[in-house]
Amino acid sequence: MALQAIAFYLLAAVTIVSAFCVVSARNPVHSVLFLILSFFSAAGLFVLLGAEFLAMLLVVVYVGAVAVLFLFVVMMLDVDFTSLRQGFAQYMPLGAVVAGILAFEMVAVSATVASKGAAAANVDPQAAIGQLSNTETIGQVLYTHYAYFFQASGLVLLVAMIGAITLTLRHKPGVRRQVIADQVARTPETGMRITDLKPGQGISE
Amino acid sequence: MTVGLAHYLAVAAILFTIGVFGIFVNRKNIIVILMSVELILLAVNINLVAFSAYLHDITGQIFAMFVLTVAAAEAAVGLAILVTFFRNRGDIAVDDVSVMKG
Repeated sequence: MALQAIAFYLLAAVTIVSAFCVVSARNPVHSVLFLILSFFSAAGLFVLLGAEFLAMLLVVVYVGAVAVLFLFVVMMLDVDFTSLRQGFAQYMPLGAVVAGILAFEMVAVSATVASKGAAAANVDPQAAIGQLSNTETIGQVLYTHYAYFFQASGLVLLVAMIGAITLTLRHKPGVRRQVIADQVARTPETGMRITDLKPGQGISE
Repeated sequence: MTVGLAHYLAVAAILFTIGVFGIFVNRKNIIVILMSVELILLAVNINLVAFSAYLHDITGQIFAMFVLTVAAAEAAVGLAILVTFFRNRGDIAVDDVSVMKG
């Protein structure tokens, strides 16, 4: 139990500190790297809660895909990031006050919620129901009760993919492309011409 | 001191607040704003998974999966819009987005 507490406090501290570094780092590349660290420690928290499947999903989807996408965009765009930090000090006090009040309220509410009702009755986290593992349980519930929602989330991803491609795809003018249909449709009649050439003359198109 | 539900909820609350704070202070840098939104969604996921674990109900984790899906889609579309905006203007300062009319 003590080991679990140590792991929790370590992972929680890393998550929060790296999350703060995400919003306060000067270099956006460092921000993305701290984001990866934050997500990784959050995955560790999920493992502590017994949600192994979501933890691995978080590592694969966020660290493997989303964070790398962010990294690509940050490195691809040639932007002067120092000029974008104007107003950081200006908005800092107001932001800190709002954030402090918000954090206090939310921690107070969550402490109250956690000490009441069914949440207080169950003292240990237990993700798997019965003898099944966490992944099996998720699969059984997801593909029975939430099958349509699962399909809908696939549709959301498809629409996002099409939208992202349509937004970023551009056809450069002046680039000659191979048109297979034109090549296949070529016949000897369209492809060549027999000209009766007199001696000493050239051909003008 | 045993770790309970309140601890996880507190971590999620602080993470959410950091996300909101990030949107406040980085008002020009839209990349950091998108990352702050990701942090906020991560906080929501921690809440969902913590309640799912302590209430012994798997539904919270399934909802966390859906949130993950939507967050990935949002990041992809947001970054695509950002790239298009950068191509058109040569800059990503969000103050100038209001000039984008029509």
